[in-house]
Amino acid sequence: MATPAVTGAARARLITARTVKYLLLLSFVLVVAMPVYVLLVTSFKPLDEIDPTRAWDLPSTWTTDAWSTAYDQLKTGLGNSLMLAVPGSIISAVLGSLNGYVLAKWRFPGADLVFTICLFGMFIPYQAVMIPVVKVLTEVDLYGNIWGLMMVHVIYGIPISTLIFRNYYASIPNELIESARVDGAGMLRTYAWIVLPNSAPAFVVVIIWQFTSMWNDFLFAVFLVPSAQDSTVTVALNNLTGANVVPFNQQMAGALLASLPTLVVYILLGRFFMRGLMAGALKS
Amino acid sequence: MKRVTSTWLPGLLLISPSLIAVGIFVYGMIGWNIKVSLSNWHTVVEDNSYAGFGTYRDLMDDERFTAAWENLLTFTVVFIVGTMVMGLIMALLLEKGVRAEGFFRSVYLFPMAISFIASGIVWRWLMNPAPGERASGLNVLFSKVGLDSLQNPWWQDQKWGMAAMAMPAIWQMSGYVMALFLAGFRGIPDELREAARMDGATEGQIYRHVIFPQLRPVALSALIIVGHISLKVFDLIVAVAGQQIIADVPAVYMWQSVFEAQDYAKGAAIATCLLLFVAVLVVPYLVYTFRQEKR
Repeated sequence: MATPAVTGAARARLITARTVKYLLLLSFVLVVAMPVYVLLVTSFKPLDEIDPTRAWDLPSTWTTDAWSTAYDQLKTGLGNSLMLAVPGSIISAVLGSLNGYVLAKWRFPGADLVFTICLFGMFIPYQAVMIPVVKVLTEVDLYGNIWGLMMVHVIYGIPISTLIFRNYYASIPNELIESARVDGAGMLRTYAWIVLPNSAPAFVVVIIWQFTSMWNDFLFAVFLVPSAQDSTVTVALNNLTGANVVPFNQQMAGALLASLPTLVVYILLGRFFMRGLMAGALKS
Repeated sequence: MKRVTSTWLPGLLLISPSLIAVGIFVYGMIGWNIKVSLSNWHTVVEDNSYAGFGTYRDLMDDERFTAAWENLLTFTVVFIVGTMVMGLIMALLLEKGVRAEGFFRSVYLFPMAISFIASGIVWRWLMNPAPGERASGLNVLFSKVGLDSLQNPWWQDQKWGMAAMAMPAIWQMSGYVMALFLAGFRGIPDELREAARMDGATEGQIYRHVIFPQLRPVALSALIIVGHISLKVFDLIVAVAGQQIIADVPAVYMWQSVFEAQDYAKGAAIATCLLLFVAVLVVPYLVYTFRQEKR
């Protein structure tokens, strides 16, 4: 890139600047990766190697004992989380898609205002609704199980799911909708023919977003399904580690195990995850 | 007229179940919760009789309640400043395009994919307060590299504990702020920089007078998003500190009031206070976004 006009001194300065930049970037990588290093290293250590003085060293014998113990303790929770987050995120996406379609392309008077009022729901501290929600779930016999928890996640996920689809559908040209209308297609037929076939990216974004929030949620789970046996992996994990009697190698293996699904999703589909983040800040 | 109605009515019908659900579960439940906070429901036995604002008055005199807000304030200030600064630096380093940008971005953002409960486990270990012989975590690392003076009790420090508690939160959320700023940088048209450069502005001047003013709306969103997350902090505290009173925040206090003390009116009142603070932050932001969109 250097042009002949650039003098030697200026070039040297440019190279120094670039080196400093990459060094800074790498040091941030180190900071972010440091806890992961500890997690990985400790989780593969045998029990007699986890004393604090050797905590930063690599294991001298690598073993998956901690992993298998942690798996035994968390497998019910992992299963429950899966049963919650997979159907839950799909239902969220279907609802979000229909709502987003109406708000973007089949608008009723005052749609924007109604939508903004709905959006408030995704920012509230859920403590402010928790006691009534517990009462309602108890009333309909859904307290203390995954189905009630799923219902609550789906309902409080409506604002963000709708928002993502609404912003996405705004980019579909109105002429396309109009021409379908002229051809005599009604609202649902236009949706099925024109909108739905173009929705795949938004579905991916919402499903990832809702899957991650349902999987990682602790607040709703601990209030609505407090018993660790019936609850999600976050509650099981907290229950396991909270007492502080479980050795650290098992705790760390458990933490990794509980994070694996969301991490895999993030690694494979990170760019869709990013779009969900942007939508969460009301930025498209 | 009938034709016009028939174009939007089906849409409203299709969306109405969702609207009703949100109406009931957000606004209805908030109202119900306020009603609980004004009731005499202080034990396991439900008592919905009206008691007025007594529960709120009691909270004002409750030392644990005030201490929880002070803790939250320290946490929030450190958390917001930390994430904003870290996020901005990361975005500045990345914005002009570096090799392997995608790699750096993914690494910086990845903690967002993990639950506070899981990351709290490793941070509780890293920030183990035990000194000297029994030290572990970061304190061991410090003594290994000869920085013993940096050893400290972390979140168990009486005064600055909550600042340490903000560290895992900063670790987790800086990537989010980076992503927001990066999107902001990328949204600034190149012509603006070019024009400033033509006018003879130095790189520093371009940032100060051209780029940063353009980033103001993004910075505002980041501030509000991080701020409202901070007010609601719950999982992280539970994961790192368990239920130790030294790291108490309103969200944890509410949980314990309901689950352990079975004082529903008190729990509801704490939650209402929390909601009030979040609303003060978020409602203007929503109105602002709504108005922007109208234009």
